[in-house]
This record gives sequence, structure tokens and C-alpha cells, in this order.
Amino acid sequence: MFDFLEGYDLLGAFWVTIKLTLLSAVGSLIWGTVLAALRVGPVPLMRGFGTAYVNIVRNIPLTVIILFTSLGLNQTLGISLGAHGFSHINFRLAVLGLIVYTSAFVCEAVRSGINTVPVGQAEAARAIGLNFTQVLRLVVLPQAFRSVVGPLTNVLIALTKNTTVAAAIGVAEAAALMKDMVENEAQLLLISAIFAFGFVVLTLPTGLILGWVGKKVAVKR
Amino acid sequence: MKLRKVTAASAAVLALAVTATACGSGDGGSGSGGGKKIKIGIKFDQPGIGQKTPQGYSGFDVDVATYVAKKLGYSADQIEWKESKSADRETMLQRGDVDFIAASYSITPERQQKVDFAGPYLLAHQDVLVRADDNSIKSPADLNSKKLCSVTGSTSAQNIKDKLAPKADLLKYPTYSACLNGLQNKAVDALTTDDSILAGYAAQPQFKGKFKLGGFKMTNENYGIGVKKGSDLKNKINKALQDMVADGSWKKAVDKNFGPAGYKNEPAPKIGDIKS
Amino acid sequence: MSSVLYDAQGPRAKRRNILLTVVFFALLLALLWWVYQGLNDKGQLEWAKWKPFFSGSEAWTTYILPGLKNTLIAAALSMVIALPLGAVFGIARLSDHVWVRVPAAIVVEFFRAIPVLILMIFGVALYSQYTSVSSDDRPLYAVVTGLVLYNASVLAEIVRAGILALPKGQTEAAQAIGLRKTQTMTSVLLPQAVTAMLPAIVSQLVVIVKDTALGGAVLTFPDLLSSANTMSSYYGANTIASFTVVAVIFIVLNFSLTSFAGWLEGRLRRGKKSTGAVVGAEAVEDIAGTAHTGAAGTTGAAGTADGTAKTSGTPGASGTSGTDKAAL
Repeated sequence: MFDFLEGYDLLGAFWVTIKLTLLSAVGSLIWGTVLAALRVGPVPLMRGFGTAYVNIVRNIPLTVIILFTSLGLNQTLGISLGAHGFSHINFRLAVLGLIVYTSAFVCEAVRSGINTVPVGQAEAARAIGLNFTQVLRLVVLPQAFRSVVGPLTNVLIALTKNTTVAAAIGVAEAAALMKDMVENEAQLLLISAIFAFGFVVLTLPTGLILGWVGKKVAVKR
Repeated sequence: MKLRKVTAASAAVLALAVTATACGSGDGGSGSGGGKKIKIGIKFDQPGIGQKTPQGYSGFDVDVATYVAKKLGYSADQIEWKESKSADRETMLQRGDVDFIAASYSITPERQQKVDFAGPYLLAHQDVLVRADDNSIKSPADLNSKKLCSVTGSTSAQNIKDKLAPKADLLKYPTYSACLNGLQNKAVDALTTDDSILAGYAAQPQFKGKFKLGGFKMTNENYGIGVKKGSDLKNKINKALQDMVADGSWKKAVDKNFGPAGYKNEPAPKIGDIKS
Repeated sequence: MSSVLYDAQGPRAKRRNILLTVVFFALLLALLWWVYQGLNDKGQLEWAKWKPFFSGSEAWTTYILPGLKNTLIAAALSMVIALPLGAVFGIARLSDHVWVRVPAAIVVEFFRAIPVLILMIFGVALYSQYTSVSSDDRPLYAVVTGLVLYNASVLAEIVRAGILALPKGQTEAAQAIGLRKTQTMTSVLLPQAVTAMLPAIVSQLVVIVKDTALGGAVLTFPDLLSSANTMSSYYGANTIASFTVVAVIFIVLNFSLTSFAGWLEGRLRRGKKSTGAVVGAEAVEDIAGTAHTGAAGTTGAAGTADGTAKTSGTPGASGTSGTDKAAL
């Protein structure tokens, strides 16, 4: 029944999906938090930049961003992110594109988390003489992150699914393999079931585990 | 009061959605208005072969298809052009979505198992397009250390990877124009597909003098007109193609479409003469 | 705007902020300059590459507008089909009967866990192998199928959140005057929930519009994005120019939808007549992501609903919503 799978590197394709997810997740968590800090900070220009960034990026299709990394950054501006060979270059470009896109959503999640921290916390922190970065780093963000585990989990799951868009620039991840397979093999329903199952396996435990973690770490108020 | 405004707002959203769908369905109906039609599959994005332009469709395949359609009893305005992407061609014929396909469609044994071919009407060769000032690619083997661009679903790229230059660094895009951008910017070194298609790109006014063909003749590509398996159109189209060569229309179409590119085409192939 | 995160600025802080502003401005400028230089070097800013969009209408009427039309058709169709479907599944998940609730939950969670692209690829193959849909319509059908399957399940969650966000008194009052369960749902809960959900629905439209681009890039759907491809092959590989124009159109379109959703939400929150329950735009992103709420069973989604109900009760005061503009 499964002999049509021969010649296709199913696990390899899903491994690429996982790598794309993890690398982009780390990158967008960092960049998204920086953006959130810019957006709540005291410098008007930085606030403006953060707001503009989020509003623009959230309204462009991820597909366009990913295509831009390849056609614009790589093919026109000659950036190859230190990689050699197009399979490596495009993988890194896809990670970059996913970070650019996902960080806008991380930023909004973190910002809404900052909003859940009671005003008194920040006031108390300021009262003992902490400056903006210290207030954010030592008092507000640690609490904010604990309350946004849920929303961030959702962003992570959306990211896992969004990695399929990398197929648009030829990264050999799961969706690219699936497209290849349904065009060449007859077992459409079986192939689709396998890939659907693959993504359920990737996203469901993430939701369950992080959902549990979220409840555990949430600040009880 | 407020509720009424909200209802009005939601009505506006709905109205927007409805008008959007309404203009969609209206468009579908207009296609079947003008009596008998013939549906022909071509490429929409290959200048010189088949290209959608603001003035209509142009290219060698378009001219051949128009001539054939005329011989089959359809005037130019009875033709309905359809875009047939490389990967879709066999399916479109098998399902009868189009009557025939003239879309840089090479006759191969694998395809012949699924569809029938009339022709060939042009003999092309797989080649590479390189920058005019780049003299480092003199033979297919030189591609080994080079960055090569092609499109997804194309056999040309695989051919080079498998046989001619296994170490070439291959990049695949959905369309050739994306490759051209990289070629111009030196992000890739060569673009590979049939020389007839490449010539069309090189001849575009914006690219005059910027690119050149390698002239390697790596394969023989016999362009045929694809029809549904067992269709009686095949013989009629063959007859039309013979006429086209005989009355000079073939030569005219070649000059018109490939002339500006300086593409040295092969002489008109004999019907059924498939060079492997 | 003063924020509780930092003190009112004294002379030193002001000087530091000005310095930061200058440095940041210089960095931004350097980045822009670098991009400009890069594009200019490669001749991407030549007038010839941009001319088609600014002089004459042929680029618009031949390529862009037909593409945009297809994008809008696909988005509108998906929304119109997904909305009732989502409502049915959302209500089914609130059913008292386990045999209705559980299968509905499984279907919804399943389709939310799968990437839209996978659903679209499945759709294309399905229509070409098992149906007689013509090759013209197949990409549209596939794109709409993928979008409907995914968005119906997201909308189901929005509907459920909308109903759960209503004050409990509504149900109790309906029961008190002797309405049946169906009557309670159709004549009391749903009408209010639909109003409350409007902003979330409009925001979901943005997600749908963005996802249609997948059909253009990976399948053969002739949408706005793929019009850039055909266009750039005709205008001599003005790839950057074509894609930039297309990206700007997407931004303008989606930004107006987002702003409309925000306006609607503000309006509904201020409204006194309704129960004040609003499912905000932000809720969509939460819901859109995930298998998370469902993973925790029926109680999970109540979390989303709780959050929304809390914020909407006394607008601005509790300040938990991301849309409230106060920094903290």
C-alpha cells in the first residue's frame, strides 16, 4: 500500500519543515520582542518605526515577502546570507522571510502581554529608581511573557504551518514534496492524509504542551 | 439607533461581497456568446513563442495555432486562448479543456503515451542564455561551476543536472522572467531551456545586446501540436501544417517572431520526422 | 503620550532621546541608502522598468486589474461560503449532545492544524482527478476549497467565542420566558453574537486575501501576485517593479480592511444598546494560529471568550485588550 513512497524523502522534507520552524521561531521571538520594546519606548521615532513595521508587514502576504527575499535580496542586491549553493541560500532566505513576517505578530502578542501587567508593577519599579530598559527587562517583560505563552503558542503553530510557503522559492519542505507527489503518483487521498497527519503531529503536541506550560506559568492575579 | 448603524455596516460588507461575486459570475457567461469556438492552449509568458500582451496574444506558437485554426474553419475571433502551463498540458488535453495545444510542446515518448501529437512544426534545441560579456561558458561542461536558473517542472534543468553538468548549482523559479532578473544582476550565470524561447527573451527591446545564446544544441526538441489521444484532429492539423510550410506562411511567421532575435532556426521539419 | 513605563523626561533623558533618535534615524537612512544604491546599481530604478505603471493604463487593464479581480473573487467567495459553514460548526461545538459536539470539535481542530497550502494542493489534484471542473476554474475552485476548509474552522471558533462572550443573563432570560434551545440560539444569541463578531470577521477577510497569494505563487491561480509574473515577462523582467506595485496594492487593500475592522470594533464597543460583547480583531490572530484552545477541550476556548468579555464589559478600564492604546 505504501510502496509509492519509495524514492521520496518524506522524513527529510518534514525535517526541513521543523528546522524552518525552529530557526524562524527563535529569530522572530528576539526581533518581535525588540519591536515591542520599540513600540512602548520613549523615543517617538522608534515608536513610529515599530508601528509602521507591524502595520506594513501584517498586511503583505507572506508569499510576497518570501518571494522578495529571493528575487530582491538575493537576485538583485546579491545577499546570500553567507551560504553557498541555492538550496542553502534559499533555505536561509526563507528563514529570514518567516522571521520578518512572524515577528510582527510576536510584537503584537508581547505588547498585549505588557498591557496585562498591572500599572502598579511598573510604577513600583520606577519608584525604586529603575530606568526604562530596567523596568522592561526586570519587571514588566518577565511577567508579560508568562501571560502571553498562549498567544505566542498560537503564533508558533501559525508559523509551523506558514513554513509551507517556503515552497514558493523552491525550499524542499513538506508542501513542495506533497505537490511533487500528487503530480506524479495516483494515491491522492493517501498522500494528502499522510501530509495532513504530519502537520497534525507537529502542531497538536505543541498546542497541548505549551497550553499546559502556559497555565503553569501564568501569573495568578 | 446604534444597532441600526451596525446593521447598515454589515449590510455594506455583504453588499461588497455580493457585488464582487456578481461581477465574477457575469464574466464567466460572456465567453460562450459568439457561436462556435475553438479552444487553444498556449503559453502566456514566453515572448516570441506565446505572450499575453496588452494588444492580445503574440508569438510563433500563436501564429501557427491561428493558421491551423483557420484551416479547421475558425476565424481569429473564434479562438479562445487558454494558458497551458507546462505541468498542466497533458491533463488539459485528456480532459478536453482545450481542443489542441501549441505551447512550446516537445514531442517525447512519455507524453506520446498520454496524448497524440501533430507535427512537428519546429525543431528547437536546449540551450543556455548567458550575459553578452560572459565568455567563460564555452561548452555545457563549463556549467559545472556555474549558477544555473530554470523553471519548476522543466525537463531542461534536470537534463543538465543528470547528464551534462552534474555539479551546476540549480535555482528554480515559477517563471523565466524571474530568472532573467537574476541573470542580469549576475546572481545567476545562465538560464537554460529551449533556444527558441531564449531567443524570444534576448530579442526583447529592454535586453537588446545584453544576453547571448550559448549555441550548444544540447538536445533536440520537436515542437508538436498536442491533441487528445485518438482525436481525428491530428490528421487535419498535419495537413494544415504542411500547407503552412508550402504557402510560405511558416517562413513568414518565423521571420516575424524570431527575426528580431537573430535566431537561426532549423528548416521546417517534415511531418512525422521526430529527431531524437 | 506619557507612559507608566518611563518617567517624565528631564533634561538628561531628553538629550539621550534626541541622541537615540539621531542614531536610529541615521541607521534607517543608511539602510534605505544601501537598498537604493543596490537597486540603482542593478538598474532596477530605471524609468523604463516603472513606466508601464505610471504612464498609460495598459499594464493595469491587461495584467493587474484582472489579477486583482480574481483575488477579490476568491476572497469573497471563500468568505461567503465559509461564514455559514463556520456558524454551523461553531454552534455545533456548543451543543449539549456529545455526539454533535465531539465530531464538530474534531473536524474544526483538524482543519485548523493543517496549512492552507496543503489543502489547496489537495484541492487542485482532487478537482483534476475526480471532477469535470474545467482547467480554467480548477485553480479558483482549489484556492476557494482550501480557504473555505481552513477559514470555516477559524470562523467556527470566532462564532463560538462570540456566543460565549454574551452575558449569561441573555440565555437565562430566554429560558425564563420559555424559549426552546433552538429559539434561544436563533432569536437571542446569534443576532447579538453576529454583531459582536463583525470586526473579527472583517479581520479574517485580511487573512483570506493574503492567503489567495499562495494560489498565485504555487498553484496556477491567475491572481494579483501571478499577474506580476506575466507582466514582468512582457515588460522586460521588471521583476522588482512589478512585485513592488503588487505588494503596495496588497498593503493598501488589507490596511483599509484592517482599519475598517478597527473602526467597527470601536463603534461597537462604544455602543450602549448591545450587550457590549465584542470579539475584537486581535482575537482572530489568537484563534487563527492554533490547535491550542481546542486542545484543552471545550474549556480552552472559553479562555478566549472570557478575555474578550472582560475587556468589553467596561471599555478601556480593564485595559487587557491589545487594541487599547494605553501603553500599559
